[in-house]
Amino acid sequence: MALDGPKQDFKYIGTRPDRPDGWDKVTGKARFGADFSMPGMLHGAILRSPHAHAKIIKIDATKALALKGVKAVVTRADFPEGLEGEDWNIQENVMAGEKALYDGHAVAAVAATSQLIARDALKLIEVEYEVLPHVTDVDKAMAEDAPVIREGAADYSVPEGMHPNVVRYMESGRGDLEKGFAEADLVIEESFTTEAAHQGYIEPHACVANLGADGKGDLWCCTQGHWFVRQMCTAVLGLEATQLRVTPSEIGGGFGGKTTVFIDPVALALSRKAGRPVKLVMSRSEVLRATGPTASASMDIKMGMTKEGKITAASGTFRMQGGAFPGAPVDVTTMLAFANYDIEHVHHVGYDVMTNRPKQAAYRAPGAPMGAFATESVLDELCRGLGLDPIETRLKNAVKEGTPATFGPKFPPVGLIETLEEARAHPNYSVKLGPNQGRGVASGYWMNWGGETSASVAIGDDGSVQVSIGTVDIGGSRASMALMAAEAFGIPYENVRVSIADTGSLGINEPTHGSRATFASGLAIIEASREATRKLCQRAADKWGIDADAVTWEDGCAKPSGPNAGEFDPLTIAEIAAEMGSTGGPISGHHESTPDGFGGSFGTHVVDVEVDPETGRTTILRYLVVQDAGKAIHPAYVEGQFQGGAVQGIGWTLNEEYIYGEDGRLQNPIFLDYRVPVASDLPMIDTVIVEVPNPGHPYGVRGVGETGITPPLPAIANAVRDAIGVRMKKLPLTPPRVLAAIKARD
Amino acid sequence: MVQVHLWSGLRPLVDGREVVEVEGETVGQLLDNLVKDYPGLKPAIDKGVSISVDGQIIPKSRGVKVKDSSEVFLLQRLYAG
Repeated sequence: MALDGPKQDFKYIGTRPDRPDGWDKVTGKARFGADFSMPGMLHGAILRSPHAHAKIIKIDATKALALKGVKAVVTRADFPEGLEGEDWNIQENVMAGEKALYDGHAVAAVAATSQLIARDALKLIEVEYEVLPHVTDVDKAMAEDAPVIREGAADYSVPEGMHPNVVRYMESGRGDLEKGFAEADLVIEESFTTEAAHQGYIEPHACVANLGADGKGDLWCCTQGHWFVRQMCTAVLGLEATQLRVTPSEIGGGFGGKTTVFIDPVALALSRKAGRPVKLVMSRSEVLRATGPTASASMDIKMGMTKEGKITAASGTFRMQGGAFPGAPVDVTTMLAFANYDIEHVHHVGYDVMTNRPKQAAYRAPGAPMGAFATESVLDELCRGLGLDPIETRLKNAVKEGTPATFGPKFPPVGLIETLEEARAHPNYSVKLGPNQGRGVASGYWMNWGGETSASVAIGDDGSVQVSIGTVDIGGSRASMALMAAEAFGIPYENVRVSIADTGSLGINEPTHGSRATFASGLAIIEASREATRKLCQRAADKWGIDADAVTWEDGCAKPSGPNAGEFDPLTIAEIAAEMGSTGGPISGHHESTPDGFGGSFGTHVVDVEVDPETGRTTILRYLVVQDAGKAIHPAYVEGQFQGGAVQGIGWTLNEEYIYGEDGRLQNPIFLDYRVPVASDLPMIDTVIVEVPNPGHPYGVRGVGETGITPPLPAIANAVRDAIGVRMKKLPLTPPRVLAAIKARD
Repeated sequence: MVQVHLWSGLRPLVDGREVVEVEGETVGQLLDNLVKDYPGLKPAIDKGVSISVDGQIIPKSRGVKVKDSSEVFLLQRLYAG
């Protein structure tokens, strides 16, 4: 669907009404995953491996089953055999088979009449392990003597001779690197690492499952994508897809981490075995040990630049571990690492590496922030080495419509230059800095997403509109959807109610991921609304006895389209709706598609920090996010996405990391030790919305959820470099690391 | 014939060629003919690829129209986050 026009006058789009779910959330009425219960419900608990890598010799649940109140125990033996590919990976991840592959890997589960009994029963399950050597570091996992996680996991792309832990290999690029570097006045080559970080959603995973022996069931869960949950659960359990109905709860954060399953198939298996509903709720330490953090990375970057600031060549090698399964997002890392810039000679190499860690999951722009940290850090060093302004240099190299991307195709209209110009003009960029303070700039990109989408609108008998969508509302999207429906119908925002439909009520919808919901569900709502307004026009035409082509829809009314159509008073949506039962029946609209017109979003961040030379602690003084939204449907929630991405990036850069001990166990599986930023750590995050319309959406919408986490890692690292005069190449920039760098400098 | 640009990791599978030519009026036809005319690409295409047509990334829609003059790149299989 193309943009309606280059200049559109909106009545509702771009306003800032209250979100429809806000009242319930602030008064505690909203029901999240753990708030759901059923009569006769049992409580589940999962036994997890204390070993990073171990053969499971025997599991004896006799004593657990003898405990009063225990109704079922499941192990891998309760799941079907013969799965392949990603279905097998998910099954193996939710319940270990022959080996426990990481600290926290599920090996058995119990359903009992209370959670206390279920937990007690876990202690009675006897598991005999043969502990195996383990590896949790990506570089060590590629070494010749590294323990093998699983033989035969590599795909076609891995050249012969690589360690079996390397499961995918990729190479891309163009031009002549040697020639490009020869043209440079300065070439810098550096290596960088980032640690795994967790999405840090406040709501742990939770579900209630009710599955009968006949293979029919229901699941209520917190998820970003209930059709994905249905597909994964039914594949893992050998069920027919549509026999399982999945209903999503309100969601307390996801950020990509709730686009897959961890406990849902286990709860279903327990329910099937016990013949009763089963509730499973993860603890925080289970979330950190056994859900999907993002990948960690080890990267080598080389870039060349002329003294005028033109990038002549760039190359990067990206080694990423995604846990004990294939799937580290190195393809995206390689694709986007240099995507901000017009570079003639460019080359990327990527390795997807398995380690004894939990299976990584998507985390906001998966793969992009790590690459940006490395490449934007080297770019900053080039600017410093040549005495160039970081924004002017980026402007000199920035991609625009028609620039061949470093990953191949020419860019459609994009807004990087606009974000850089807005950042340069913002007052934050000219604030004078004091001692121990520094300023950093970085840009980032996310290509966004379309995905399978289905939505319906139905007219109420009073002319209000019910919208049903399949994308879970994580960041206020019900408000955005209501605004788009209001705009399309020409009725007030308050007259639209948006509901998230269950899997039995709409066609397949991909999750709320890839920054797609406002783009794809919004597009479907606009199309469905237009279908409904055509029907409304038809009813008016029938009433007036004229052709439907002579009726137009405007401001919530059917009107004759011109003087030749006849003179009739406009019919409001409420007037037509009041008679619809006697004029042809209910009026609704529907749209389903896999829209391909999604448009990428660039962002530029400017951050000021102060580093305490006594402790190494970094304080964020000022933070500016400038990002291209295409069209901001609800500007307040667009700004919220910008701010959220920046805050998560601040955490990833300064504090958050998975710390594994020599024994391969996660050392910091609680929020006291896994330190996410809190409000008192942060200044107000300043935002500027840039609007370069996406030509692939009627209102020009891009996606805004993910780009915002790509620039913070390098922007903050560049600011710390500015403050202390030392380039930090390992994230996070914890106070001890920064202090050590300051001491080494002195 | 449509010119299809390959990422460099695929080039060893087609005798080092950076660009291959295939018949096709849709993305689906291009992918089918790539496998038929260049069997070395089959493992990669079976595993899953994305494609870009005139700058628009197409994750999986096979029906998207392609012209002989279209700019077409095979890309690593992309996914949402």
